[in-house]
Amino acid sequence: MQTDPNGPNPKKSKDSPSNSANTESTQSPSPFPDEVLEKVLSFLNSDKDRSSVSLVCKDWYNAERWTRTKLFIGNCYSVSPEIVARRFTKIKSVTLKGKPRFSDFNLVPQNWGADVHYWLLMFANVYPFLEELRLKRMTISDESLELLATSFPGFRALSLMSCDGFSTDGLKAIATHCRSLTELDIQDVDMDDFCGGWLSCFPEDFGSLEVLNFATLDSEVNFDALERLVSQCKSLRVLKVNKTITLDQLQRLLLRAPQLMELGTGSFQQELLPGQFGDLGIAFSNCKNLRTLSGLWEVASIYFPVLYVACASLTFLNLNYTALRSDEFGSLLAHCPNLRRLWVLDTVEDKGLEAVGSSCPLLEELRVFPADPYDQHLHRGVTESGFVAVSRGCRKLHYVLYFCWQMTNAAVATIVQNCPNFTHFRLCIMNPGRPDYLTNEPMDEAFGAVVKNCTKLQRLSMSGLLTDLTFEYIGKYAKNLETLSVAFAGSSDRGMQCVLEGCPKLRKLEIRDCPFGNAALLSGLEKYETMRSLWMSSCNVTINACQRLAREMPRLNVEVMKDKESDDSRADKVYVYRSVAGPRRDAPPFVLTL
Amino acid sequence: MSLPKEHDYIGLTEPSSMENSSSSIVSTESEKNTVLNLKETELRLGLPGSDFLEKKAGTGISLFGKDLKDEGNNGFSQIPLKNLVSGAKRVFSDAIDGSGKWDFPINGGSEVDLGNGGSENTNTLQSSLAGPSGKEIGNRNPRKPVEEKKNDNNSAAPASKAQVVGWPPIRSFRKNTLATNLSKNNDDEGKSGVGSLYVKVSMDGAPYLRKIDLKTYCSYKELSSALEKMFSCFTIGHCASHGLPGQEHLRENCLKDLLHGSEYVLTYEDKDGDWMLVGDVPWEMFTDSCKRLRIMKGSDATGLAPRLGMKYQSKEIMKPRKV
Repeated sequence: MQTDPNGPNPKKSKDSPSNSANTESTQSPSPFPDEVLEKVLSFLNSDKDRSSVSLVCKDWYNAERWTRTKLFIGNCYSVSPEIVARRFTKIKSVTLKGKPRFSDFNLVPQNWGADVHYWLLMFANVYPFLEELRLKRMTISDESLELLATSFPGFRALSLMSCDGFSTDGLKAIATHCRSLTELDIQDVDMDDFCGGWLSCFPEDFGSLEVLNFATLDSEVNFDALERLVSQCKSLRVLKVNKTITLDQLQRLLLRAPQLMELGTGSFQQELLPGQFGDLGIAFSNCKNLRTLSGLWEVASIYFPVLYVACASLTFLNLNYTALRSDEFGSLLAHCPNLRRLWVLDTVEDKGLEAVGSSCPLLEELRVFPADPYDQHLHRGVTESGFVAVSRGCRKLHYVLYFCWQMTNAAVATIVQNCPNFTHFRLCIMNPGRPDYLTNEPMDEAFGAVVKNCTKLQRLSMSGLLTDLTFEYIGKYAKNLETLSVAFAGSSDRGMQCVLEGCPKLRKLEIRDCPFGNAALLSGLEKYETMRSLWMSSCNVTINACQRLAREMPRLNVEVMKDKESDDSRADKVYVYRSVAGPRRDAPPFVLTL
Repeated sequence: MSLPKEHDYIGLTEPSSMENSSSSIVSTESEKNTVLNLKETELRLGLPGSDFLEKKAGTGISLFGKDLKDEGNNGFSQIPLKNLVSGAKRVFSDAIDGSGKWDFPINGGSEVDLGNGGSENTNTLQSSLAGPSGKEIGNRNPRKPVEEKKNDNNSAAPASKAQVVGWPPIRSFRKNTLATNLSKNNDDEGKSGVGSLYVKVSMDGAPYLRKIDLKTYCSYKELSSALEKMFSCFTIGHCASHGLPGQEHLRENCLKDLLHGSEYVLTYEDKDGDWMLVGDVPWEMFTDSCKRLRIMKGSDATGLAPRLGMKYQSKEIMKPRKV
């Protein structure tokens, strides 16, 4: 993370000659008054910088904590509400992340925890001026939403990503009570959608929304209420509606909000009269600031021409719920020369990806999702040649998430030669443990090539048949790696040991179905305190080893979940994370805290 | 060097096979890499990824990574799928369910619950590697003679698409949404059952919900047995947690009570928001219109359908009724 470029760098002033004498002693007075220090520090936004600042000396620690307004907690159990409340006094914005990432894929049982309610109670007491709450993988109940809506008069922004536990009743509370709401952003949530009436709960004169994203919800909302809302919110820049909004409704919304920068459409499939078709085209063309386009549920590609004008300035096109053939996709793409980010379904096949390579030279991020992840016979999907084609045409590519059924070592080597700047490389070959389909060799050399060529690599997800050699490569070359996801890979403990020993910046390690056992787990004894968390499921780890880990490293929380039918010694799911708050008190019965 | 370490960490209750395999690791350690590489690259007849099944069958341990445990065995000869089943019988027995079908009703989409879901992880992987890969090779890689032979030898491979829990790593929201989109966009492909259809299942009195994929069942009977398994632990009342030993014998009694007896009825909410009794309409119509399921206490189920509070015979309960 960069230091805030707008603010002076306090560390620089610390090193200047006039201060060199007074670095460590807490008795000598600070070179300048507290207010000045606090003012200077208030320009710092980055968490990492603030962390560094707080470690300089006691004065700076205090100055920092009195001026911090944004709180980022990457693991809600690494710290407790009490500790946070004692340290910081002026928090206005909170980001909290809860469950391990593998909970997205049903590997974490329901009621595991990460309930935000206790945090909200503390916030209501200590931070009455709270304005923003962003939650990821947390559980939030309707009661909590009600508490949120009624406890903070200045509350402005609510963002819920991959959360669960609430319903549209909770949204009603937010819409009703949050008079200054600027952001309501609901993504990928598991909620009960009873009806769309929540939208009608916004007061009639309400006009402050800037971001509204309810694409995930199923129920129909009152369109008149939505239209009124959109026309009154003059600063609305992000609008993502759900599937129930039809094309002609969309057209009316666009007319009211030509200033939109991000649009998520509703259903893109409706029989339009010729006049309506023209009107829709005009409405889109009026949106001169459109940079992001998503939604496009149930698309009828004959309507794509209405988008062409807007596509010219698009930087992010999200088609990950739109099943397009390669030809329709290609003709749309031809109008999107400025794309930086593209999310697409693999129904476009390799041919579609070739079009990406030729139409989008500025592309930096590509995500290809599987249309049918469980049965490849229904859709061919994409192969290694599609990926190679993109790498040839899009030399600035640095983020990729690619789901495919087959891959070769040679293809990956070519790809990373074309694009050596990868920071995020996530390759998912959907058959577990699949070798290079041409040579039948493990995919070791593929990921070896990735880590050797891509020195800036921060995040890596691997798949295919992989031996310990892959991990040796990672340990040896991936010096900037922060997040590693491993599944059905490795041959022995040595694999995991190589990574733990060799990757100095590793923060998150998630492993499933690998033959790593106790030796591997315990080789990371000291490493885990430098990381956010470790997840190991369906590996070879025993409870005894976990107990030993817990005994030797008291500042780690070691949690084990057992599968019912496994034998007693086995630790089926292990979650290890550093914490200053001690073992969590809300662990459900199926989580053994060691 | 790794053996002493591993013995230190292997607890008292380690299964003996684990220790045997540890020693086999040591004895071949020096040649470990060579042997491994040879075996990795050896062209042999077998399903891709069937290494997993072969090795697991040999050791009886349900792991899904490549491991060295079979270094000493001739574990790489072709093993017909039947033998794999018997070799790993502990993990398969629950899933087969006497029907002989390899269709695991509790698939990768269901929530892994407090302990009940555990065995299903192993079950579904075993089958997933056996099943789709067989077909995949034949259809997709006509240029690859080695893999075509594999296909021939495994014509007995199960036809279902069983799944591993949480694999591929796709979010649940995406699974559901895609299913709906694809079935609308691909009407002309002539395929039914594209994608998956996750619905929540709640049971009165249970502390949490489950989610199931309706597309993996073909009939009410399958659905019913899957639900019985999932919710049996709750019918025992408060001791319904979570892998307590000694619970197995209680489960059998409660299975009978669950849906076949008079205590609970299975209902669903349809697209119009109405709550209906399960079993009245043809299966396909049911899956098209079902939004969620609820296992209700029989006493609460009055007013739902013409057959108010009727007690169903166990055999009749889940057959579609003609209207």
